[in-house]
Amino acid sequence: MSTDTHAAHADDHHHDGGHAHGTFSSYMLGFVLSVVLTAIPFWLVMSGTLPSKPITALVIMAFAVVQIVVHMIYFLHMNTASENGWTMMALIFTIVMVVIALSGSLWVMSHLNANMMPIHQMSGMK
Amino acid sequence: MSPDLLKLIFGRLGFDSLPLHEPIVVGTFAVVALGGAALLGGLTYFRLWGYLWREWFTTVDHKRIGIMYMILGIVMLLRGFADALMMRGQQMLAFGGSEGYLNAHHYDQVFTAHGVIMIFFVAMPLVTGLMNYVVPLQIGARDVSFPFLNNFSFWMTVGGAVLVMASLFIGEFARTGWLAYPPLSNIGYSPDVGVDYYIWALQVAGVGTTLSGINLICTIVKLRCPGMTMMKMPVFTWTSLCTNVLIVASFPVLTVVLALLSLDRYVGTNFFTNDFGGSPMMYVNLIWIWGHPEVYILVLPAFGIFSEVTSTFSGKRLFGYTSMVYATVVITILSYLVWLHHFFTMGSGASVNSFFGITTMIISIPTGAKMFNWLFTMYRGRIRYELPMMWTIAFMLTFVIGGMTGVLLAVPPADFVLHNSLFLIAHFHNVIIGGVVFGAFAGINYWFPKAFGFKLDPFWGKMSFWFWVTGFYLAFMPLYVLGLMGVTRRLRVFDDPSLQIWFVIAAIGALFIFIGILSMLMQFAVSLLKREQLKDVTGDPWNARTLEWATSSPPPDYNFAFTPVVHDNDAWWDMKRRGYQRPLTGFKPIHMPSSTGTGIILAGLATAMGFGLIWYMWWLAAVSFIGILAVGIGHTFNYHRDFDIPAEDVIRTEDARTKLLAGAK
Repeated sequence: MSTDTHAAHADDHHHDGGHAHGTFSSYMLGFVLSVVLTAIPFWLVMSGTLPSKPITALVIMAFAVVQIVVHMIYFLHMNTASENGWTMMALIFTIVMVVIALSGSLWVMSHLNANMMPIHQMSGMK
Repeated sequence: MSPDLLKLIFGRLGFDSLPLHEPIVVGTFAVVALGGAALLGGLTYFRLWGYLWREWFTTVDHKRIGIMYMILGIVMLLRGFADALMMRGQQMLAFGGSEGYLNAHHYDQVFTAHGVIMIFFVAMPLVTGLMNYVVPLQIGARDVSFPFLNNFSFWMTVGGAVLVMASLFIGEFARTGWLAYPPLSNIGYSPDVGVDYYIWALQVAGVGTTLSGINLICTIVKLRCPGMTMMKMPVFTWTSLCTNVLIVASFPVLTVVLALLSLDRYVGTNFFTNDFGGSPMMYVNLIWIWGHPEVYILVLPAFGIFSEVTSTFSGKRLFGYTSMVYATVVITILSYLVWLHHFFTMGSGASVNSFFGITTMIISIPTGAKMFNWLFTMYRGRIRYELPMMWTIAFMLTFVIGGMTGVLLAVPPADFVLHNSLFLIAHFHNVIIGGVVFGAFAGINYWFPKAFGFKLDPFWGKMSFWFWVTGFYLAFMPLYVLGLMGVTRRLRVFDDPSLQIWFVIAAIGALFIFIGILSMLMQFAVSLLKREQLKDVTGDPWNARTLEWATSSPPPDYNFAFTPVVHDNDAWWDMKRRGYQRPLTGFKPIHMPSSTGTGIILAGLATAMGFGLIWYMWWLAAVSFIGILAVGIGHTFNYHRDFDIPAEDVIRTEDARTKLLAGAK
């Protein structure tokens, strides 16, 4: 809607960075990659190939991160130049925020857990 | 009818849910009902419904939506302030064995509603309204990026406000404090509808806030007029950009926390319960990851307003534009690194507390830099003490005090003494009233002539100013004293009679503020009556510096007949200096978005869904949800989304302005 609404307006703007567009082969490549990246974790869980559950969980999370990157590149068409670099800037900002929130929460909660949880509850939770 | 059927239809709602046993609430209801009936009757009698629906409710014009946000904020201010007066009255009276006039059940709702309303439905609408009105004009755009979304966002905010207001007369509101900490807010300790009202009011309004954040970021990034590089944007636009980035980054956290709390309450999960591995401390941690950025969401646009006002009324370019921008960006990032200072006492230990104590103190550096920039802008300026500038100076004096008590509270050992005391209450009212509220009033007085074509009456404006400022000091300085003496927040009755005098002073201060609010309403009424005397035809009554003053007051629907081209930070000042002539010929048809009722319908359905979920009227929730999907999908088939303002209309509007300008000379 926005581009239509501002069609007259957009003439005045510079769209050097512009939108990136995918091709048929890039979409297919992205699709195949995301299917493979989904299938492998399924197979890992169902076959129980890896020796321990924590390792399996970590490997699945690693695949999930790769999956996110694949989606961003092939479906969201993100690269360093798109939208005059705004996309990249937004991505970096998002990563900084997520890292702060996750690592901060883990740090804070582990301290709270160590300092504040009564012993009997700790043993009860295990 | 059988009880089962009644339960199916009305869920938890019954006649005993109506607070008929609370005479104060019944009285309020009578007044509200009479006033509401008079308003609705008046609208019907003067046949204004069609006009309101066509020109306001369904509008996608950012200017009208901005004005509606301001009206929402001011109406809710009356409700939130009524709560404040009730608390001040209760705390003044409840000494020497007196129970005051509010029972615990009612008092707890009053202080919760006061906090929720003042933050979410007063401060947020005022700030969003000003951004909505001013930002597109300041960057030379015709509207925001997504005009329909803007209308939808506004009505979602209204939907949240409607749910909070409904809780006053149907059922009850939360009795948990404004952040609804578990385990108190869990179903075991708050089995009533209060916390559910809280959750769904915030969830519905939160959708609106997040979407309007996305909308304004997009607008600022994509719709700036030619020549306006990032470092040529007006400071208010910069602070709006940072505020909306904060909104988009932090509101999802609130949404998720409240969703987890509602799972605990509705389906019996144990995210924040005491048992089964749940951790109420995680709720506190997460909600402050949203909550601290939230206070910067409110205050950054106010900083922007003060920057515009200071340079305009000092007749000087803003001192240290670049440092102002960098200070804003640094505050944006740092506001994510300080959330733990809200719960130093929860027991994270020395290393964690010192980290967050230090980051909190660091954030005062960019804020202090801003303060010096404003002072240096005023230095050797030709200062005009008009109302916006008066509010700005009151802000500078007041906010510095609030900032210093904030740095004091950032010291963890001091916080252990002052945590949840009235000192804290005094501190955050000091920065929110001194910063956000004074900023909103400066902005209202500054941009009112732009929005309506006449200035606000200075006499009643000054009355409002002096009563507000003295009222603020009378109301909150005693709380600093009481806090230092160890009085904690949210108390209903007191034993120590020596404390009473301070509460009496605070109550008098609240009455002063009340007179200030009434004076402001009087100011609007008087200005409306004297609008011919206060008229401004130039569109630039303050001899201002930024682009919004380049167009007429009020601006035409399309804002600018030709998109302006910018060469300087103070674009309009630069144009005036170089002898800019308004183009008088060559007008073309202007492409504009059409009005649509979809936003208000969707928001109405969302509000109904919230109401259904609150009262366990599952059929209502389900029907409304399906309705939302149907209307949302239906809207994608609406192809009448835009129209052209014919060139003749543009010529007529612009010629009328040419005549007005010629007459003014």
